[in-house]
Amino acid sequence: MADSSWLTKFPQMDRVDLVEIRKGLDSAYRDFSREYGEVIESVFDPLLMFLVWFEKLLLTTPWWIIIVAVAALVYLVSRSWKLSLGVVVSFLAIGYFGMWEDTMRTLSIITVCTLMAIGLGIPIGIVMARSDKARSVITPMLDIMQTMPAFVYLIPVVMLLGIGKIPGVIAVIIYAIPPVIRLTNLGIRLVDSEVMEAATAYGANPTQRLFGVQLPLAMPTIMAGINQTIMMALSMVVIASMIGVKGLGQPVLKSITNQYFTLGLFNGLAIVALAIIFDRVSQAYAKRTQRHMQGIENA
Amino acid sequence: MPEPLIKIEGLYKLFGNKPASVMPLVHEGRSKDDILAETGHTLGLKDINLTINKGEIFVIMGLSGSGKSTLIRHFNRLIDPTEGVIKVDNIDVMKLSSKELEQFRRHKMSMVFQRFGLMPHRTVLENVGYGLSIQGKSKAEWTAKATEWLETVGLAGYEAQYPAQLSGGQQQRVGLARALCTDAEILLMDEAFSALDPLIRSEMQDQLIELQDKLHKTIIFITHDLDEALRLGDRIAILKDGEMVQQGTPDDILLNPATDYVEAFVKDVNRARALTVETVMKPPSRRITADTIAEALVQMKAIKGDYGYYVNADGYQGVVTQDALEACSDDSQKMSNKVWEDMPGISPDAMLESVIPETLEGKYPLPVVDEDGNLKGELSRSNLAGVLGGGSAENDAGKKSVIEAKQ
Ligand SMILES: Nc1ncnc2c1ncn2[C@@H]1O[C@H](COP(=O)(O)OP(=O)(O)OP(=O)(O)O)[C@@H](O)[C@H]1O
Ligand SMILES: [Mg+2]
Repeated sequence: MADSSWLTKFPQMDRVDLVEIRKGLDSAYRDFSREYGEVIESVFDPLLMFLVWFEKLLLTTPWWIIIVAVAALVYLVSRSWKLSLGVVVSFLAIGYFGMWEDTMRTLSIITVCTLMAIGLGIPIGIVMARSDKARSVITPMLDIMQTMPAFVYLIPVVMLLGIGKIPGVIAVIIYAIPPVIRLTNLGIRLVDSEVMEAATAYGANPTQRLFGVQLPLAMPTIMAGINQTIMMALSMVVIASMIGVKGLGQPVLKSITNQYFTLGLFNGLAIVALAIIFDRVSQAYAKRTQRHMQGIENA
Repeated sequence: MPEPLIKIEGLYKLFGNKPASVMPLVHEGRSKDDILAETGHTLGLKDINLTINKGEIFVIMGLSGSGKSTLIRHFNRLIDPTEGVIKVDNIDVMKLSSKELEQFRRHKMSMVFQRFGLMPHRTVLENVGYGLSIQGKSKAEWTAKATEWLETVGLAGYEAQYPAQLSGGQQQRVGLARALCTDAEILLMDEAFSALDPLIRSEMQDQLIELQDKLHKTIIFITHDLDEALRLGDRIAILKDGEMVQQGTPDDILLNPATDYVEAFVKDVNRARALTVETVMKPPSRRITADTIAEALVQMKAIKGDYGYYVNADGYQGVVTQDALEACSDDSQKMSNKVWEDMPGISPDAMLESVIPETLEGKYPLPVVDEDGNLKGELSRSNLAGVLGGGSAENDAGKKSVIEAKQ
């Protein structure tokens, strides 16, 4: 009887063993984080200082200077009056409804996260495009990063670094970086082989091929990746607020626990407004710089 | 005396994961299909040997999949051979380090691509100057040269356009200008004109011939179109399934196809446009060189016929007929332009097509006369019919000359 029980019941591991394994791993990791937590934290100190400085800058600058500066930046990048005007109006509305400070905090952390994701993601994407071996290693990692629930990797990060901005940034980057990596890789691999052959045939070295041909031609695809990355970073705001990242996410979190629908809605809308601004501006920039290639894309 | 510039010896290319382990099968002489079925490796090229001389246009021809692109990419090592030797100007290209190879590609060869291979994010001018700019030449320098070459190919004024704004023919002119701009001695052209429509294509061929007359580059030109091969090529090599089936001058290939495959290739060619008078004319057998009418009559009898071509110390003069000679009252009279009829000779280098009307209309076979007035041969209606004969060739010729008339 006991011998054939595996037929009806999954022959699972002994509970005691399982608990042992969990305990072992947990305590090993805890020891590790006790031992090295501070060292690792100190590695991130410059980043933290920058984050704090940038947030302070946005918070202490008078609101109207920020609005003018952002509108001017948007115009410079997109060359569109309409878009700049839209930005001004949404910022005014956000301020009027009392969400200015939270929005500035979110803006600062999202900007930093996005810049870091791009700065890390594009080189990783390039490596991935250059070597099939690298691709076969990186792709499953990206799959994990995109499907693993954020809460799961928040645990070790918080264990290691505690609660605060840095773990928040790391969590956001882990979540948001895959698109820019994937699309950089894809964009480079899709560059017309004859154009690449031409560059090689005229004696371009690998650096000249990368910066003179591959990256410029992959740019539309990379921009799409950057766009996705920004959107995903913004969507992480609420989860990041659970580990102490201040900003628009915290009121949303509060409204969930206390069932304040309107508070949640307003802050949610502010996040959406930021998202739309980022999206439109980056798209307008991409379009403007890639105009001459459109003939080919349409063909 | 032709001076060899490029030498290829025993070149093999196997596409696949482990070409080295499959090479023994290739050397056993197994067929391409066998090898593919058995090992999953594609035999791209098999035992290619060729020598290309300085200053010639060497055409490589073959059907789709015969390995033309694979072969031309070996010259600048865009593809590495599985086995074999490639020598350019006595440099063993296979022994170059990657730095040396870059220098070699920058200065020795340039390439024109079937789908142009232009960089869509660079202007026409930047595309043309690309080769020089990656050599590290100053912007002023490459701009000046690129502007010059753009002018040469007839695209002055398009400098600031992007490739996408140009027609196919214009884009390929940019491709050609880009190739010429580096002053490389060797020009590789992989089906450079195949993507263009027939009119633009023959225009581009004219332009290439014209440029070549001035520049004397060594050009390796790939095409699957025999007409194009015959028009451009000084020598032609024909590939089939990665093997070289025949190499030779255009006339050689047309008149003595080595295999059925080549014969099938040349069957439909418009010979009238491909062959020169020299290749089909008969040697001159009806030469009259006499000083007097009487001697001329004797010569006329010897050549059996009622006409002959009169040649004196000044060269070919005209046609004399038996009737005209007999009509003279005085036998001892000297030959004079009253006796012979004016009949313009044709040049041995003329294309058959250009002399078809005269040949058909003339009373006598046409005398073939070189620049110095020497009588080189004669071209008769039956000569012409013999070469152009064979239904399809003739129809084709007819069709093409109509098209040409429309131009
Ligand atoms: N990278 C590759 N991997 C595997 N097989 C290849 C590769 N490149 C070419 N081949 C094979 O080599 C053979 C010759 O191809 P190639 O492109 O040289 O033909 P081609 O004569 O240029 O044809 P086309 O006129 O269509 O351009 C084909 O059978 C092709 O399948
Ligand atoms: Mg080809």
